[in-house]
Amino acid sequence: MNATAINRRSMAPVLAHYARQYGGIVMALLLLCAVFSVLSSRFLDVNNFINIAQQVAVIAVAAFGMTFVIMLGEIDLSMGSMIAVAGMAAAQCFVHGYGILPATLAALAAGLVMGGVNGLMVARLGLPSFIVTLATMGAFRGLVSLPTGGLPAPIDNDTWLNLGSDSVLGVPILVWIMLVLFLVTYVLQVHTVFGRRAFLTGGNAEAAVYSGIRVDRIRIAVFMLSGALAAVSGMMLSSRLSSAQTNAGTGYELDAIAATVLGGTSLSGGAGSMLGTLLGTLVIGVINNGMNMLSVPYFYQLIVKGIVILLAVWLDIRSKKAQR
Amino acid sequence: MGTVNEKPAVNQPIMRIEALTKSFGPVKALREVTMDIVPGQVHTLLGENGAGKSTLIKIMGGVFPPSSGRMEMAEQPYAPRTPTEAVAAGVSIIFQELSLSPNLSVAANIFAAREPNRFGFLQHRRLHDEAAALMERLGFRIDVHQPVRQLSLAQRQLVEIAKGLSRPAKIVVMDEPTSSLSDIEANQLFRIIAQLKAENVAVIYISHRMDELMRVSDEITVMRDGAYVSTDRRDDTTIGALITKMVGRPLEDVYPPRTVSAPLPDIPPSLEVRGLTAPGFFNDVTFAVRPGEVLGFFGLIGAGRSDVMKALFGRQPVSAGDIMVDDNRVAPRHPLDAIRLGIGFVTENRKEEGLVLAHSVERNMGAVRHVALAPAMGFAQSSAEHATAQTEVARLAIKTAGLEAAAGSLSGGNQQKIVLGKWLAVSPRVLILDEPTRGIDVGAKFEIYRIIRQLAAAGTAILMVSSELSEILGLSDQVVVMHNKKIVANLPREGLTQEIVMRHAAGLAVSDTQEEAA
Repeated sequence: MNATAINRRSMAPVLAHYARQYGGIVMALLLLCAVFSVLSSRFLDVNNFINIAQQVAVIAVAAFGMTFVIMLGEIDLSMGSMIAVAGMAAAQCFVHGYGILPATLAALAAGLVMGGVNGLMVARLGLPSFIVTLATMGAFRGLVSLPTGGLPAPIDNDTWLNLGSDSVLGVPILVWIMLVLFLVTYVLQVHTVFGRRAFLTGGNAEAAVYSGIRVDRIRIAVFMLSGALAAVSGMMLSSRLSSAQTNAGTGYELDAIAATVLGGTSLSGGAGSMLGTLLGTLVIGVINNGMNMLSVPYFYQLIVKGIVILLAVWLDIRSKKAQR
Repeated sequence: MGTVNEKPAVNQPIMRIEALTKSFGPVKALREVTMDIVPGQVHTLLGENGAGKSTLIKIMGGVFPPSSGRMEMAEQPYAPRTPTEAVAAGVSIIFQELSLSPNLSVAANIFAAREPNRFGFLQHRRLHDEAAALMERLGFRIDVHQPVRQLSLAQRQLVEIAKGLSRPAKIVVMDEPTSSLSDIEANQLFRIIAQLKAENVAVIYISHRMDELMRVSDEITVMRDGAYVSTDRRDDTTIGALITKMVGRPLEDVYPPRTVSAPLPDIPPSLEVRGLTAPGFFNDVTFAVRPGEVLGFFGLIGAGRSDVMKALFGRQPVSAGDIMVDDNRVAPRHPLDAIRLGIGFVTENRKEEGLVLAHSVERNMGAVRHVALAPAMGFAQSSAEHATAQTEVARLAIKTAGLEAAAGSLSGGNQQKIVLGKWLAVSPRVLILDEPTRGIDVGAKFEIYRIIRQLAAAGTAILMVSSELSEILGLSDQVVVMHNKKIVANLPREGLTQEIVMRHAAGLAVSDTQEEAA
């Protein structure tokens, strides 16, 4: 292989790569939109799309964190509970008369600490992340109820509430937040040394150690990142709901995992893509919204979502195998 | 214990192996091996690591089929497709790698997949009674109710042996059965082997312990580089003659000659180790390597060589001793510490510790220089990484479809070169090579030898661990021999022969070898 051949990096293979990587999920997304627009006249409506985008934004931000965790070959089941704790932390700041900045910092700090606890137990004690985060999923959910004894905490800060409902340049603020965080996490994943270390650790932790990477630190940092993004997601949710609910974010970890996997991130680690996750979240969001529109009972929605996820992942695995 | 109902006439082979060949991709692990196995005899297979012994018995045991050639058993074609078919045909293999389930009891392991049952319900009492009776018969004192995880390595080996002998067999294959046994347990095994012979069972025996195989064998077949070399009656040969056959091969044409003379003894060492000890792994290890010197580490598998290297690289805690780099005492606690001291480590298993197979050649190549050593808060050095990969791919003549190709898509030799390139990219002053040519073809081996020579000529201090004697002698300036977790010899290359090194590695002093053989 000579140098010029190696250097040749034209656009065509890049496009082909994107088509291969995301063609399936984009098709699925368009298909779902087509089906729902036939079944419901209200689906193809600007206001509905804004609604979908706002719903998607909350889950997408959590899913960006989940993508990092899954890329590492780990899992974070405590995400939904962290979302609720962060929302409650912010709400308690408002209850005690503090403003937006302290509330934001408190929520972020709560997320970082909770993620740090997960990370420490995984990295330093060597416990499987599935077990650690299964345990903290319950524990953090319990924490939410401590300040209010299980009651929701209403939020009366107007600026905070406007974040959840207002738009800038016709795009909801929550969607702007999601887009900014998409860019940040994308750059972090693909263009920083930290992202490279996370990829290596997830791809082969033993090889990463022998290459001189302190994989413990990477693991802790990634779980803290997951906690911080869950906190942002929790703040966004609390502004949409005008309150911090003790059951907020329940099941969001499953949506985040589903979105990540739909987006082509391998559960065995070492590979992953933020764009894929964003598309995966859109699929989840469209399914949720479309079925709500059709007044499908909640339990049927769960069944349909389960089937769609299994189908999508199966098709994805099949097409990747065929390429080999 | 194996039983044979109709005894074939003595000296009529129970199994004939004809021109058996096995290729793994471009690597020929076994070439045209032909031999007969006679009932009531112990037939020993002898050869260096990689000589093809394990490949041969795996084919016999139905683990994988041969690429060509055939086997016959009792004059019927024998071609097992699965281990179960091999067992049904009367071939019982006791593998070296333990295959027990740690959480199941000894009895459940022995009768795995053929538990005594009635209508599908397990008969616990019968399971344990039969296992206990078997243990009693074999003279192993192990409680069959105990879960295997509570057993010592030696006890597990005995359970493995019991499992192998629990089914009726015409041929019993034992792959290094004594490697983790003490003398007492080994003697017990030899009594069992004698009993098997009396029952007219054929025993195929693999061991590296020369004194032991001179004791138990009737016939000894030597294999080398996947090919059959010779078969001798035990009484017609000696340990010395066997070692010569086992290792003998012309060296001159494979190993590139030195172009620069060896470093002078008065040059201070790049790396010095004094009395390094990690209990259970290695004891009192002392050696030094100078710039431009190739220090070979020879020893049988399990002698502790890799653990010493891991200690130098911060992956194996030590309890005593000093590591000195350029006369400064250092204590690497993580590979990153060692890397910053200028140490590189081409690990033994490129797939497990060397590469991320799913990642590109470029990403793997940059892992140390552009990821581990890059500032933690910085941006990825993509273009520098690309340049590094280009340089190393050219320098090492790596054959790849491109820098974006997944490392796993390359051949073994080229994968090994990626691992080398990852380290050459940071120009280490001390480079550790653990089995640098394991499982790669001859052409790639030669290129790696050439690179090792070039590095040494440029002043890199090289520690090379290898189980291939010819490689050790072909490249080293000085040879350290380890046996049983200790350094037993530190020999200058001058005048060194394969026989001398092998005797040290086998734990036999040079002088008393002939007496042992007699």
